[in-house]
Amino acid sequence: MIDFELTPEQKEAVEITHEFARDLFRPISRYYDEHEHESPHELIDRAWGERNKGTLALGLDVTASLRIEELCWGDAGLFLCVPGPGLGGAAIFASGTKDQLSRFLGHFNEGDPKWGAMAMTEPGCGSDTSAITATATRDGAQWVLNGEKIFVTWGKRAAENPNSLVVVWATVDKSAGRAGMKSFVVPAGTPGMRVEKLEKKLGIRASDTATIIFDNCRIPFENILGSPEVKKVDKGKGETKGFKGAMATFDATRPVVAAMAIGVGRAALDFVTETLQKEGIKIRYGLPRHKLTALERDVMEMEANYKAARLLTLRALWMMSQFQPNNLEASMAKAKAGLAVTKITQKAVEIMGPLGYSRKYLLEKWMRDAKINDIFEGTGQINMLIVARRVLDYSRDQLR
Amino acid sequence: MISFSPTEEQQMIVSMAKQFANDEMRKIYRQCDENSAIPESVIDTAWRMGFTSSIIPEDCGGPGGERSAITGSLIAEELAWGDLSMAIHVLCPALFAYPILEMGTETQRMKYLPLFCGEKYKAATAALTEPRFGFDPCSLSTVARLDGNEYVLNGQKCYVPLAAEADSLLVYAAENGASQAFIVEKRTKGLEVGQREKNMGIRALATYEISLKDCRIPKENRLGGQKGHDFNRIINCSRVALSAMAVGVAKAAMEYSRDYAKERLAFGEPIASRQAIAFMLAEMAIEIDAARLMTWEAAWKLDRKEDATKEASLVKAYADDMVLMVTDRGVQILGGHGYVREHPVELWLRNGRGFATFDGMAIV
Repeated sequence: MIDFELTPEQKEAVEITHEFARDLFRPISRYYDEHEHESPHELIDRAWGERNKGTLALGLDVTASLRIEELCWGDAGLFLCVPGPGLGGAAIFASGTKDQLSRFLGHFNEGDPKWGAMAMTEPGCGSDTSAITATATRDGAQWVLNGEKIFVTWGKRAAENPNSLVVVWATVDKSAGRAGMKSFVVPAGTPGMRVEKLEKKLGIRASDTATIIFDNCRIPFENILGSPEVKKVDKGKGETKGFKGAMATFDATRPVVAAMAIGVGRAALDFVTETLQKEGIKIRYGLPRHKLTALERDVMEMEANYKAARLLTLRALWMMSQFQPNNLEASMAKAKAGLAVTKITQKAVEIMGPLGYSRKYLLEKWMRDAKINDIFEGTGQINMLIVARRVLDYSRDQLR
Repeated sequence: MISFSPTEEQQMIVSMAKQFANDEMRKIYRQCDENSAIPESVIDTAWRMGFTSSIIPEDCGGPGGERSAITGSLIAEELAWGDLSMAIHVLCPALFAYPILEMGTETQRMKYLPLFCGEKYKAATAALTEPRFGFDPCSLSTVARLDGNEYVLNGQKCYVPLAAEADSLLVYAAENGASQAFIVEKRTKGLEVGQREKNMGIRALATYEISLKDCRIPKENRLGGQKGHDFNRIINCSRVALSAMAVGVAKAAMEYSRDYAKERLAFGEPIASRQAIAFMLAEMAIEIDAARLMTWEAAWKLDRKEDATKEASLVKAYADDMVLMVTDRGVQILGGHGYVREHPVELWLRNGRGFATFDGMAIV
């Protein structure tokens, strides 16, 4: 039955997370925006505790995404400091063996805060993940990793905090193209893995975005995710398993990133509607368009786009929870949400005038934060390309 | 619990509607548009499927199915995918029957609802829109004034579907400034059905202007009798129904232009293999899905008997824009071929443009 009602547990989860975001994220939001690369230790410890109690459990399901929306309503940058297995964990979940799951994630929630990062992007390749040049060479019972990874979200925390991990994508056979692409789990502190620099960014400044160098970094042979075999396939005959594993991870993570986006978008929307309310301006729903003020039309358009993005996101998540393939729907949600919140926050800054542009308020920050959602985990354009291929039933060779 | 899966029963109705749309409507839609006429037999076939009559209660002679705005939206989308004119024609009796079913007095229900339980299509309609700039359903120029035991109606209406055929109409008028519906029988003095209208789109659908000049009806003919009714809910049902139909029209245009783009060669390859075309189609697909989900959410609110004004008006405006964008691109993707009447996309653009104008289509 088509239903939009949250379960009582989900409602409670939203409420608790919302308070958490309001009371713990918002008050320190500006500080960490202006003190990039400082770490919000208290928040991290607190969030880690709540996470392991279950009150702040984050994962790849509907409830977790509702939590994520709330936390990003609080602050998307600070949300990206909240410890957890993250995208690295998602990759392990997507293509790891039972043994790997228990080895890497079995004790993840114990002890000190830990992070799991995913290192894919390189200076020479972003969206075209098949062009990765980092290498993994077999040497007896070990893999030797070499290469440079950039834009690794929470890369520093994952690479340097004990028992954290980085999942790195590298090729075992350059001549094999996509078939040679594999992912490897590198435990934090492994010699040969080092953080080279932290990016200075437009927004989500509380989140560390690292460049990680792999210089003859040796890991056990068993740390490869999926099969070590390279199965070359003829061009046009579809993808190989390793590459598919990477892309399957995206089907799971894209709706979650979309959930982040709509959290930021709602923060901006709430700010606008609350300010208007204080000014005694009512948004009159149900009026014909020619009777609406320009302001009302803008606000309604923002709200409608927020709703559109949110429902597409919920659908993609719901499908995942039903074990239905959601490649198309995940990309639809991500493409729509990234663009919608970019526009919503930009419009909000415009509408709020001097309040919007001033750093006295958080709105300008949300506009800067929102933009990342149109970029990471697949840019808006890459997601449109995926949607287009699915809509047309075209392979990557048919639609480039 | 959040779910995007229609019930088994809904899936059955949808597949029936889809099949009818595909097998019957799609075969004749162009001819209907050119001739400004729909064969009676098609309408009767659709009628027998019970899209409207299945929810008439047993005590009124109907099968007593459950009314659901979600089910109604699913049906409306499929039928509008087939053809918008025929969809509105088929569902038109609901414009009269559903408000009576939900908000009518016992007498009104018993008098009118049995009329819709027969084997043959029974025309009935509603008149809301007025032929003037600045039309607002919540601020009508047509007025109803109580005079003793009668209401006196005065005003002009337009876009009244099937007004000439219908034996009874619901006329919306302002009573002390508030919009209310009044049951007007065909031969009431003062009610005049004008010429059939000539519109840009929905040309197969017969719509009329009507005028009401000191048209007197019994006091009891106000919908809901003495206590009246919730007009806002009716208009929200209309918004949801129109959004669902906009999704159907848009889907038709998207599918057709998608298939065309895969067939049409330019510079040695299908035009669909170019991002300029492919990205248009991707955006069309995303926006169609977004509007559908928003429609479902608003319909869901209606089914829970909650105030759906915000959701319904947001999705209506969104779907109005969406269907214009999608049908326009449908034409654009076909280029010159999209502009000629050999292909359906120009028809869908004309129909799609209408949604911003259409109002008062409470058929869910």
